Amino acid sequence: MDDAPPNPWLSWRYVESNWTELSDQLTIHTTLTLQAVAIALAIAFPLAVVARNVRWLTRPILGLTGVLYTIPSLALFALLVPFTGIGRTTVLIGLVVYALLVLVRNILAGLEGVDRDVVDAARGLGYSKLRLLWGVEIPNALPSIVAGLRIATVTTVALVTVGVVVGYGGLGQLMFRGFQSNYRAQIATSVILCLLLALVLDLAIMLAARAAMPWARRRRAS
Amino acid sequence: MSIWADAWEYISTGVNWMGENGLTRPTYDGGWKFAQDSILALTIEHLYMSFAAVGLAALTALPLGIALGHARRGGGLTVALSNVSRAVPTLALLTLFAASAIGFGNRAVIIAAAIFAFPPILTNAFTGMADVDADVREAAEGQGLTRLQVATRVELPLAWPLIAAGLRTSASQTVATVPLAALVAGGGLGVIINTGLATQRYGEVLAGGVLVAALTLAVDAAMGALQRRLTPPPLRTTSLVPA
Repeated sequence: MDDAPPNPWLSWRYVESNWTELSDQLTIHTTLTLQAVAIALAIAFPLAVVARNVRWLTRPILGLTGVLYTIPSLALFALLVPFTGIGRTTVLIGLVVYALLVLVRNILAGLEGVDRDVVDAARGLGYSKLRLLWGVEIPNALPSIVAGLRIATVTTVALVTVGVVVGYGGLGQLMFRGFQSNYRAQIATSVILCLLLALVLDLAIMLAARAAMPWARRRRAS
Repeated sequence: MSIWADAWEYISTGVNWMGENGLTRPTYDGGWKFAQDSILALTIEHLYMSFAAVGLAALTALPLGIALGHARRGGGLTVALSNVSRAVPTLALLTLFAASAIGFGNRAVIIAAAIFAFPPILTNAFTGMADVDADVREAAEGQGLTRLQVATRVELPLAWPLIAAGLRTSASQTVATVPLAALVAGGGLGVIINTGLATQRYGEVLAGGVLVAALTLAVDAAMGALQRRLTPPPLRTTSLVPA
């Protein structure tokens, strides 16, 4: 056993000699996450607005999103593979579905939580429905929407790794290969990169939200 | 033949449920393991692994969450813990375990799943205990109840709906996490999906997906019913958007 070659958890040499592969998978991981969250946001917004305005649709939309969210990612990929094949599309659809559910719930909660008096005041000022939504309700719901966006992004980064089952898992691909060949440095490095990516994206959204909501900062300062 | 027909044939064939040689297989060291060609055996294995993981998590998270919530200390810690756990991919933990002394297979998967089952139980137990109305607590103390009595007779019953909700979330999530065990040489229903993908039998993959989804939804529904039954009627609320 003592003759076994060293198998360290962290090795700078591994990072140096495999940087091309690491950065390739990191790029795949990042673009997949951003694309999934962006598409999910684009679908979630109208869906949440519909769920709020059309009362009889609220329960079905929330129920369906809840059921879909309960289905494990591996099962969802398995359900998609026969139709969308192995590769990027399958992973992307799965990621969009999960991010969608988090976003719809948070946007809806945000819109529901807007102060009734504020809405009444805006209506009294003669705001049209659309202007009320854009100018009053969405800015007021923004903290809840941003919270949902952060959760969705962080979970998506983690979820991309499950894509290994269809051969497209970004950094998960490296974790899995490291597992198969018992290569500790490969596993540890890709796990660390994955966590860093989640942290960086989370911070970026938080900072962007702070820049977009100057009133929230002022309130805290006073 | 279409994929749906393949999937149906797989699910409707009796031998796929009971296995060619029964539900268990002998191992070389004289023990036994669940047969991997039986849907029934894999389902039992799946439920056993999930139950063990949630049980392990509940045994540690419930006392800790209740104690911290009663003392109203460590709220930031519980929130931070649940946030961090969201960013850690399950696959990361499984592969890290496999390359470490913990190894791989069912035991490692149970430990990993327990780690992910821990935060929802802890957070809900903490919030449930800590958010009990201060007036209620004061009234109980004013009547001469000791701190322990306040905790067990006042706070705990009021916190119970949230604690039960945490257990439900944790259980559903665990049943959904266990399929990943198949990637690191563990058992459970994920095996069907993984084997189907490896052998390019997409009908089996589809059938596996349906089975896993059905089991998860069934467990979630059962836990939901249990949660409702255990919640005292006055505390049952129907809110559209959960907090």
